[in-house]
Amino acid sequence: MKRRDFFKVLGGGIVVLIVDDSDAQEAGGGRRRGFNEPSPTALSAWLHIGENGIVTVYTGKVEVGQNARTSLTQAVAEELRAPVASIRMVMGDTALTPFDMGTFGSMTTPRMWPQIRKAAATAREMLVDLAAQKWSVDRSAINIADGKASAAGRSAGFGELTHGQKLTRTISTSAALTPATEWKVAGTSVPKVNARDIVTGAHKYAYDVKRPGMLYGKVLYPHSFGATLASLDSKAAETIPGVKVVREGDFVGVAAPDPQTAEQALAALKADWKLVTAEASSRDMFDYLRKTAQNTPTPDPSLTTYTIAYIAHTPLEPRAAVAEWEGDELTVWTGTQRPFGVRSELSEYFHVPEENVHVLMPDTGSGYGGKHTGDAALEAARLAKAAGKPVKRNWTREEEMTWAYFRPGGVIDVGAKVAPDGTITEWEFHNYNSGPSALNTPYAIAKKVEQHHPSKSPLRQGSYRGLAATANHFVRESYMDELAHSVHMDPLEFRLKNTDNDRLRNVIVAAADKFGWRSRKKLAGRGFGIAAGFEKGGYLACCAEVSVTNGAVKIVRVVEAFECGAVVNPEHLRNQVEGAVAMGVGGALFEQIDFANNRITNPRLSRYRVPRFADMPAIESVLLDRKDIVSAGAGETPIVGIAPAVGNAIFDATGQRLRSMPMAPRGVGTVAGTSELAARR
Amino acid sequence: MARITELDVNGARRRIYADSDRTLLSVLRDDLDLTGTKYGCGEGQCAACTVLIDGVPTRSCLTRVGAVAGKRIVTIEGLAPEGRLHPVQEAFIEADAMQCGWCTPGMILGAVGLLRKTPHPTEAEIVSGMNGHICRCGTYPRVVAAIQAASKKGGRA
Repeated sequence: MKRRDFFKVLGGGIVVLIVDDSDAQEAGGGRRRGFNEPSPTALSAWLHIGENGIVTVYTGKVEVGQNARTSLTQAVAEELRAPVASIRMVMGDTALTPFDMGTFGSMTTPRMWPQIRKAAATAREMLVDLAAQKWSVDRSAINIADGKASAAGRSAGFGELTHGQKLTRTISTSAALTPATEWKVAGTSVPKVNARDIVTGAHKYAYDVKRPGMLYGKVLYPHSFGATLASLDSKAAETIPGVKVVREGDFVGVAAPDPQTAEQALAALKADWKLVTAEASSRDMFDYLRKTAQNTPTPDPSLTTYTIAYIAHTPLEPRAAVAEWEGDELTVWTGTQRPFGVRSELSEYFHVPEENVHVLMPDTGSGYGGKHTGDAALEAARLAKAAGKPVKRNWTREEEMTWAYFRPGGVIDVGAKVAPDGTITEWEFHNYNSGPSALNTPYAIAKKVEQHHPSKSPLRQGSYRGLAATANHFVRESYMDELAHSVHMDPLEFRLKNTDNDRLRNVIVAAADKFGWRSRKKLAGRGFGIAAGFEKGGYLACCAEVSVTNGAVKIVRVVEAFECGAVVNPEHLRNQVEGAVAMGVGGALFEQIDFANNRITNPRLSRYRVPRFADMPAIESVLLDRKDIVSAGAGETPIVGIAPAVGNAIFDATGQRLRSMPMAPRGVGTVAGTSELAARR
Repeated sequence: MARITELDVNGARRRIYADSDRTLLSVLRDDLDLTGTKYGCGEGQCAACTVLIDGVPTRSCLTRVGAVAGKRIVTIEGLAPEGRLHPVQEAFIEADAMQCGWCTPGMILGAVGLLRKTPHPTEAEIVSGMNGHICRCGTYPRVVAAIQAASKKGGRA
């Protein structure tokens, strides 16, 4: 939306524009502006108070279940002193909201949240001006609360004050804010603002969007990764009434008036594929990752090797898009964490200016880092262009688990030296392919070598909740446990011994106390594990109790302490922490993508096990609320502690050190083997 | 090919014209625009597509529409007539038993069916009764708490 259009589109009132003048730019792909935009747009959000008193905030951030819609609403309510019910958030709509790099990296809370608070604080000051003017009183006499201004017995709602106004103010991000110790709405458990639409089924996700005259699209994917189209016979498909077959190079798709006809048409296509030889399978991929790595160190046999499998995000709403062309203008509804990135993808592909591409992002059925790209949007737009009608392209589960991207697999070599008193004196850590997030140990170690070696990935890989922080914490914290045992120290004391960071120490102590670590009682077949860490501004510690019966692992109880500065919404933070632990159980114990001959061999929920009710331990979260520290995001980091805590607990129970994620897809070893190992300890 | 021309959905007779072999899920979503019923896997593994057939939670992705002619079908859109939320819907909001919400309609209808059969389930009964439902956001403990709260309230489950 252009600035001069604000009041045309929004009606009268007041508008606050926020210019992002901070240095730190968010990481990630996507160009910052379109090729025919004359200057970079540094606006990061804007806020409008209408003549009806409704407050509308426009932000490029999106809602994927992390409750950003609610936390950002709280930011407005807090600083504007407006009721939550009077606030609307317009999110991730490229025609209405300012550019945003995307919703990832736990950046909404540290970056967007304070900016929106500043906009709301500025709007409040503008309302004070208007009220003071209206009643000819001094500004200091005006009180703003509950969506009203008042002074000396007079009061007026925000709508009354903004009536007939067309005021704009531009502010920088360095405006002053209410300190966390004085928060009244922020810092409280405001319920999910659109919960009613969720429980009634009224909310329309991208998968649910329909347009008049819309066709249903399907895509003929290659036989296997890397295969190219040798020949295509589409005659049978083309004779089906209403079917449009689209072929552009290796891209083959169909569009039809209803989903069944689209499926029939897809099945009627006869294609021959030219296959390519697979370079690796899930059986030999760890050797492959090591072999193809860059800047590899000299092999050191004294290091201990851990491995991490590829896993799938499996968002319960698969990728989906509806695309509609009008001349050379394209509108797309799609579930993505990067609506502006998808706009760039579409603009580049179709050679139309970015301002001709409008991407709308309805609150989406989760992403976990898996919905950064515009795959479904591009497919829908290609089919819609060829068919001359709007086209819906909803991915199936199998398509989602094959043609999306995966959390990287990896190999990690680790080694250390420990003094007899438990001080770690040297630390070496080599990560092949998983990634650099949380590569560096948070413990105080004098001599460290910590390197990430990118490899050639046999699968398409990308972001995942927490990125490589999960792999790096799994290995680091499992190995910390190995080291503790090597010097016969309690794993809790060993960590505290090597910590000089108070925030890390505080979460470790908080988790251990709540768990009852020091009073734990060892029973046959039961074990206890602890893990801790730091990433993206959040500190965590996780304690787990497991039982192992005939090789079957059951996680009995988990306590996770988390600290990410001032807590924005305690209940939603607990939900994130507990949900991350629950999701992390899958990657820890059984989730694993299998592949061979350039094909995914388990791309279905019947063959790819995800955590269910029966897998859940009792989960308790301990929140450390640091009102003196700026709030960090919390959607990702709480996932990193569960795998090592469980692995360490399994070692405690069985004497088996499990060095591969997932650790127990088919249970842990044999009963005989287990007891043999336990006896050897 | 056999056709189905009428379905009893949410207390109303709805005219349709569909091959009886089609899935109920597709007819609800694509023909009747009842998109509160969600697709998650298409193979009965996630239960996001759960609806009530004569009161029994049923996976609509595995149900032929021809098999439910004349039966009472309730989707999430039919659970709060005149906007009055069902106690299970209220309990899900109060327990914050959702994140992205994609699994929520199926979870709620599964819970309604569970409570109809077992009005006061133990925690173990809730876990085994709901184990076919997947929530990738991991809100399972909150769903259990919501069902327990709804069970205590009783009401029109």
